[in-house]
Amino acid sequence: MARAVSPRRRMFTTIAAWSVALIIFFPVLWMILTSFKTEASAVASPPELFSADWTVENYVEVWSRSDYPRFFWNSVVISLGSTLLGLAIAIPAAWAMAFVPGRRTKDLLMWMLSTKMMPAVAVMIPLYLLFLRLGLIDTRIGLVLALMLMNLPIIVWMLYTYFKEIPGEILEAARMDGASLPKEILYVLTPIALPGIASTLLLNVILAWNEAFWTIVLTTTKAAPLSAFIASFSAPQGLFYAKLSAASTLAIAPILILGWFSQKQLVRGLTFGAVK
Amino acid sequence: MSTHSSRLAARIMVAPSVVLLFIWMAVPLAMTLYYSFRLYRLLSPDRTGWVGFNNYLWFFNSPEFWLALWNTLALVGGVLVVTVVLGILIALLIDQPVKGQGLLRILVIAPFFVMPPVAASIWENLFMHPQNGLFAALARGFGAQPILFLENHPMLSVIGIVSWEWLPFATLILLTSLQSLSSEQLEAAEMDGASAFNRLRHIILPHMTRAITVVILIQTIFLLGIFGEIFTTTQGGPGSASTTLPYMIFKQAIAAKDIGRAAAGGIIAVILANIVAYFLMRGIGRHLDA
Amino acid sequence: MKISHRALLGATVSLTLAGAAMAETTITVATVNNGDMIRMQGLMDDFNAKHPDITVEWVTLEENVLRQNVTTDIATGGGQYDVLTIGTYEVPIWGKQGWLTSLNDLPAEYDVDDLLPAIRGGLTVDGNLYAAPFYGESSMVMYRTDLMEAAGLTMPEAPTWADIEKAAAAMTNKDAGIYGVCLRGKAGWGENMAFLTAMSNSFGARWFDENWNPQFDQPEWKATLDFYLNLMNNYGPPGASNNGFNENLTLFNQGKCGMWIDATVAASFVTGKDSTVADKVGFALAPDNGLGKRGNWLWAWSLAIPSSSDAPDAAKTFINWATSKGYLELVASKEGWANVPPGTRTSLYENPEYQKVPFAKMTLDSINAADPTNPTVKPVPYVGVQFVAIPEFQGLGTTVGEIFSAALAGQKTADEALAEAQTAVADEMKAAGYIQ
Repeated sequence: MARAVSPRRRMFTTIAAWSVALIIFFPVLWMILTSFKTEASAVASPPELFSADWTVENYVEVWSRSDYPRFFWNSVVISLGSTLLGLAIAIPAAWAMAFVPGRRTKDLLMWMLSTKMMPAVAVMIPLYLLFLRLGLIDTRIGLVLALMLMNLPIIVWMLYTYFKEIPGEILEAARMDGASLPKEILYVLTPIALPGIASTLLLNVILAWNEAFWTIVLTTTKAAPLSAFIASFSAPQGLFYAKLSAASTLAIAPILILGWFSQKQLVRGLTFGAVK
Repeated sequence: MSTHSSRLAARIMVAPSVVLLFIWMAVPLAMTLYYSFRLYRLLSPDRTGWVGFNNYLWFFNSPEFWLALWNTLALVGGVLVVTVVLGILIALLIDQPVKGQGLLRILVIAPFFVMPPVAASIWENLFMHPQNGLFAALARGFGAQPILFLENHPMLSVIGIVSWEWLPFATLILLTSLQSLSSEQLEAAEMDGASAFNRLRHIILPHMTRAITVVILIQTIFLLGIFGEIFTTTQGGPGSASTTLPYMIFKQAIAAKDIGRAAAGGIIAVILANIVAYFLMRGIGRHLDA
Repeated sequence: MKISHRALLGATVSLTLAGAAMAETTITVATVNNGDMIRMQGLMDDFNAKHPDITVEWVTLEENVLRQNVTTDIATGGGQYDVLTIGTYEVPIWGKQGWLTSLNDLPAEYDVDDLLPAIRGGLTVDGNLYAAPFYGESSMVMYRTDLMEAAGLTMPEAPTWADIEKAAAAMTNKDAGIYGVCLRGKAGWGENMAFLTAMSNSFGARWFDENWNPQFDQPEWKATLDFYLNLMNNYGPPGASNNGFNENLTLFNQGKCGMWIDATVAASFVTGKDSTVADKVGFALAPDNGLGKRGNWLWAWSLAIPSSSDAPDAAKTFINWATSKGYLELVASKEGWANVPPGTRTSLYENPEYQKVPFAKMTLDSINAADPTNPTVKPVPYVGVQFVAIPEFQGLGTTVGEIFSAALAGQKTADEALAEAQTAVADEMKAAGYIQ
């Protein structure tokens, strides 16, 4: 929508858009600022901004008190692992649904989505017992499986909508050239759908990274990700606002940075088939 | 293209997803259904047995059940309204050519990268706290009494926090949809003298219908199960003023350690989810030409 | 020569193997994220030096999350943990279920008779010690000496509730953001109900009569709740229905509370480096009403070994180290006597060095003033001062806590709240088979 607009209007929209953006972002900004204040300065009234005592002491203490790199690495393995595994299972399914649709394809998709509607708290004990019997408690593979299954419906659906946009003729041409089905998917479909796959990957890594129920219930030490790191910091003996903010900043920083770098991909890619 | 062999191939390729999801759904559901008719308290393992519909009856007879049901729907509905309406407005705004568009969009989607417990604790402690929060400081600055968000407006506070978390998601999808709208069409309408409001109503909104449907569908699925934000902020209170169905189940499972009741609550929640899904599909499903 | 060389080699190999096998004992310790526990994690070099064959893995969690994970684990036989940090509420129930390993065979130098009798009694079931106390606490009044002085009042060492009300009224200065008294209002069996149950004991109230009939319809509970609501509405901070231990600690440290009645462990925080009022804090026993019981509780975070542990011996070695006299000396040598985990051993309070700590005597007196086996004025069928040691109590306490929290928020009157609590508890006790 690159239309010519008057400079005045452009200025007005620039100011309006930036105001809105700053309001939305402000809580995150305030948390980051608080994380660099002393505890006394963090709760000072009226709130201190320029007169605050700045320090990195909170980060030093948070870092020294727990094994951040281990939590971080677990988060990376679990969110990336569950998403990649999900993609591997979902790509063939989405292909089939998009290019060989049956009468029930839509129902099947809706059914898949409906599996997400069971409240996690209700199945907590059954699933815990199940994981216990299977020896999956506090293992990364257990969490990878759980989060993969939790996000699989979203992955299938997103991929399906991207694949549907691709004209079937391209695939047929490949088939004429004698490509087998796996080759067709790997060499023809996947490259065309790559932006869509990338968006799917991003969204699901974010969803898996932010999951904070199963990741705490199903882990103790070895597989505990950053959500458990936060759970060990909330409210220890007084609300240490600054330290809590520092721990929170550390927990969300990696995904925030990833999200910022991939912002273009996210803005263009989250169509869910909503673009005609 | 739908030859017999490709149909077979398609079935085989869909199979892993379907089978896995079926197991993932059916096994816990079956276990939950089983427990929902059992007396099963974690801390009293020697008292067990079949109890018929007692666990379900407990829920229906509980004074907070109907309130919890209403709160659940209010949370879903409230967040949907806020995120869709604000999402459309923000999408329209940041779709305009403005200076520093890239950074601007990053700021707008930032809340989406914040873990729910972190988001809830930021709002509770840094903003809504009656003594140390920024809102209280603002109120005092204007010489007013600080608003007791979590005590006097617990549901509104929770809806506000959750809306903040989900606003970026809605905005992103709506913005993507908006970008695919051809500018010729809009310009033609503008030439014809259509007012901004009419352009929005007759061109932009119809174009976004499908995107709005997607936002509503996906958010509803996630919002129906929300309890982490409530746990961190109001703990369902004061009293049961902000208790939702998932939170009520959570209390039975975690505080009372009554797995039978929690299971019955889970089944009720699944039924509720299906009712919501039914109306959702009837209301907006036709926009999803899957 | 050759042979002996090979023999030597063989011996070395087998030694190495033995060393490796010994080093493989790993125990997982689940603990709560409070200061004393965090401090212990920083002192692990001492343990590792003494026991190189045991590796300790920590699971540090916020109290509620810890309790949830640990309870699920033990009740389903998960076996994830070798050492659990649990409280005086869990120990009697879990011990009775056979979920914990008895600690009766701790070595003689552990000196089990040195443990404070009130604390030890709360951790013993049928003669078996099921958990070793890491620190013990009661509750007491912490007050601002400067504000009391400005108001021309002095705090008695053993105040009555009337003294508290008078002091609260005198210290409250809402324009300056100072509230006379900060008390727990956040719903939860371990939050507002811990405080209110202990408080109700001093009003002569009880949760149940001898036949497990709930007593919320009795005048003693009405007096308790009326007094509490009146105190908080007039002199408490706004939004108190969301204030738990942490929130109140922060408020007190910021100088916004005239008095705070809460855990004795808070004494070292309100006089510590994060407090803006560190040098203006006085201590007094929890209040009473002259009925023979004070409104203070008794709690001990303790270390226990689940029966499902596959390394009970290593776990016992660890517990012996962490709760020994030697550990107290270790903390004292590194961080000073004020930071020693309090409330577990008689010898600590006989130590002249420790007696110099300002809150030491008041902590000991408070602990000794609480009797978990005889907590109330009228007779009761249960054990526990600020809780009722039955498995159903967590659920009951949560429900009643919510009702009372709603009353504090002004959503219900005291009478409505008590009637609701009576019905809810009676229903649950019927469902659980205690009463017909």
